[in-house]
Amino acid sequence: MTTAVSLHGVRKDFGNLTALSDVTLEIEDNEFFTLLGPSGCGKTTLLRMIAGFEGATAGTIRLFGDEIEHLPPNKRPVNTVFQNYALFPHMNVAENIGFSLRMLGWTKTEIQTRVNEMVEMVQLGALVDRKPSQISGGQQQRVALARAMAPRPKVLLLDEPLSALDLKLRQEMRSELKRLQRETGITFIFVTHDQEEALSMSDRIAVMSDGELQQIGTPFEIYEHPNNRFIADFIGETNMMAATVDTVDGLQVVCHLEGGQNLNALANCQIMVGATGILSLRPERLSISKTGSTSEVLKGELGDRVYLGTDTQFIVNLSGGLKLKVRMQNSFFQGSDFKTGDTVFVTVADGAARFLVD
Amino acid sequence: MAAGTGSGSTVSAIFSPVRIWLLLPSWVSIGFFLLLPVLLMLVYSFLTKEFRGGVIWEFSLASYDQFLFDRGLFGDAPAVMKWTYINIFIRSILQATGATILCLLIGFPTAYFIATRPIQSRTMWLFLITVPYWVNLLIRTVSMKFLIRDTGPLNELLLNIGLIDAPLHVINTNFAVQLGLFYSYLPFMVLPIYASVERYNFTFSEVASDLYASKITILWSIILPVVKPGIIAGSILVFVPSLGAFLAPDLLGGAKTFMIGSLVEDQFKGNAGNWPFGAAVSMILLSLVLVVLMFYVRAQQRDQT
Amino acid sequence: MNRTFDIKHYRGFFGITCLCLVILYGPLIIVMVYSFNDSVSITNWGGVSLRWYIEIFTGLESAKFKAAAWNSFTIAIMAATVSTVIATAASIGMIRGGNFKGKFASFALISLPIMVPEIVTAVATLIFFSTIGFKLGTLSILVAHTVFCIPFAYLPISARLQGIDASYEEAAQDLFANRWMTFRYVLMPIMWPGILAGFLLAFIISLDDFIITNFIKGAGIETLPTAIFGSVKQGIKPNIMALSTLLLLFSIALVTLSYFIGKRGEANQKSQQ
Repeated sequence: MTTAVSLHGVRKDFGNLTALSDVTLEIEDNEFFTLLGPSGCGKTTLLRMIAGFEGATAGTIRLFGDEIEHLPPNKRPVNTVFQNYALFPHMNVAENIGFSLRMLGWTKTEIQTRVNEMVEMVQLGALVDRKPSQISGGQQQRVALARAMAPRPKVLLLDEPLSALDLKLRQEMRSELKRLQRETGITFIFVTHDQEEALSMSDRIAVMSDGELQQIGTPFEIYEHPNNRFIADFIGETNMMAATVDTVDGLQVVCHLEGGQNLNALANCQIMVGATGILSLRPERLSISKTGSTSEVLKGELGDRVYLGTDTQFIVNLSGGLKLKVRMQNSFFQGSDFKTGDTVFVTVADGAARFLVD
Repeated sequence: MAAGTGSGSTVSAIFSPVRIWLLLPSWVSIGFFLLLPVLLMLVYSFLTKEFRGGVIWEFSLASYDQFLFDRGLFGDAPAVMKWTYINIFIRSILQATGATILCLLIGFPTAYFIATRPIQSRTMWLFLITVPYWVNLLIRTVSMKFLIRDTGPLNELLLNIGLIDAPLHVINTNFAVQLGLFYSYLPFMVLPIYASVERYNFTFSEVASDLYASKITILWSIILPVVKPGIIAGSILVFVPSLGAFLAPDLLGGAKTFMIGSLVEDQFKGNAGNWPFGAAVSMILLSLVLVVLMFYVRAQQRDQT
Repeated sequence: MNRTFDIKHYRGFFGITCLCLVILYGPLIIVMVYSFNDSVSITNWGGVSLRWYIEIFTGLESAKFKAAAWNSFTIAIMAATVSTVIATAASIGMIRGGNFKGKFASFALISLPIMVPEIVTAVATLIFFSTIGFKLGTLSILVAHTVFCIPFAYLPISARLQGIDASYEEAAQDLFANRWMTFRYVLMPIMWPGILAGFLLAFIISLDDFIITNFIKGAGIETLPTAIFGSVKQGIKPNIMALSTLLLLFSIALVTLSYFIGKRGEANQKSQQ
């Protein structure tokens, strides 16, 4: 597998503010790679640096092995889909899409052919003569996509392209984008703060926070084996409780919570007996029942519940003042069996517990 | 800053590598054809007047001396303050002040009125107010002259109606000049005040009224202080050009209303002119204007802290 | 809507506004009306006629006025063109050139012609030209006008540019346009209402200028304002009224044109965002 983009020790300062510190990562060719993180984590800055709109304070950026930091944006074979689309208001759809080709000096026929291909690809046939102000947000998004992909870039950068769309449209576009990436084979670098988007679309995800890389991995790895508390909390939902290690066996530990409950967990790194950290339990890996069963069991009192259509989320009050969120699919149990105030037993699925030390 | 195009850069810098080349033409043309000439004028004010109207490149304070003092025919006589020229400056300041006050009295209510119209009609009102400004100042001044002459249409009308018995002698008076200046620069007063009033939140007026304040009190104690920056800006925009104005005093005034503009103009006409003196008077005018502007800038900065 | 109490309303303000408009338009309307006066004496009304209009074009002084008009218009077009180009470049440098030391000084320099009283500019320019031996004539007027018009063109152009989202230019660069192509294909098409407004403003300023022109025109050259002034000094004659009316209507037409272009540009901009 060839490396499409490689960043090494990249740092970006804006005056006294450090937006990115020591970012090192490699993005493979043909990959759908996502930069995920909350606002202000530096993901957009990183994207802009790859595009060429910001310069690096330190570090190197390589595109298929060539260093590109000294190149201006118009000399880099990467193209960007902007968050606000930035479609040229005075040009129609066809002219927007063909803009880069004009700049590159293609002949009129070549441009016409390619524009038609792109229009076909994003299914905008009827709208080629319209101006951006005359088409909907979702259509503008597709024009922005077609425009950026027309010059056959090796790498496509997408800066939160779906954030302006409503939910239904967003979900449609997610599969569209995934399909496009697979068909064209272009390396996609996708920036988002929406972790569901990241999980559903990416080959690999880089989680960022405060200008630093937290973890790089496949969606499964990020979700199942978060490296630290931030990632566990940011991706999906989880219960986090303070815990202390009692026994250690490789990465398997036995720990106890403040209420005295004992649990097996998988640690994210080598730790010692007596170490303190966070126990992370995902609500969907827990279940409640009226009787205790064979695997790990926690006892508590049933509190409030929230009906969510497909699931119901329960709050269980454990001893020691701890509260657990438990999520169960409505098709698998009878909610009427449980009443607030009942004593219930919470079962943790095998291998679901994580012990996290930062 | 464009939404979604990233954090950090607050000022777009796409053309920064070539900005020198982009700015050079304006710097060179204004620097060479205005800044340099003004500096040269400063130098000229310290030169000696040549007999036939040019200059001799010899340092002399004669111009400034002539401005302030009367040394009679013999240059060695003790200096006696001459008030002629200083009076001209004082008169100009008074005229400019008069014009500014006139503009305020008429301009403030007008600006306020327009700012409180419904949004669609506001641009139309503003358009109406500014259109006359685009007419040549000379033509406007001439038309004002035509109107208020002793035998002009205004007097004719007033005589015919019977409001007056004899023609109002307005032309060639101080008031005529102030009227002319007012006519020249009124939009400059209206527009800044309009901008200020437009930004005023009328909820304040409603609150005050709810607390038993009368409309006059509201105007004086609440609206005016808020609108003050616009009033000051407008006043400066009227006062400064009025100070150095030439057309209104020349066409509408007479010997008794001699102002700086005419004084300067005289120095450069033919052989009787005194270039260094004209340069000196211009320098004094420029300094006066710069002082006023500096006060304004300082006041702005103080307001913002 | 019940209008018995309007917190914004102040009695008399409407009246003063009307008075203001009367004062502003009155003299102009009077001049226009009297330009059609058939009588030779401007004080007596002799009926409606176009004789004075005909006289400006064919009468005794028509050659002088025609030459003056020719000078005024050619100088105005050239001065407006050059100053608009300079002002456009300057506004791109100031607004899309990032932050740099001396940006404020640069802005002060560009605004200098507006800050300095016109008579001071006139004197300084005259002194400068005569010192360097620059012959006074059409060229000297052109140069002075061009410099004087730069800030007037700069204002609407930079205002327009300020309002344009920088992401269009970034997108253009991302799509392989160099700086010149970005300007030509993206910036300028979106900026053009501002550029046109700047041009028209510079044109009118140059056309109307009296004080500076009067100082540096030298003998033998007249522009419309200086010719009119010279004539008025000898007494207001009816043909002057006709000429004034023509100029007046021309200015108003230009301003109205500029206003509508501005509105159209704004409407385009709004629908694009």
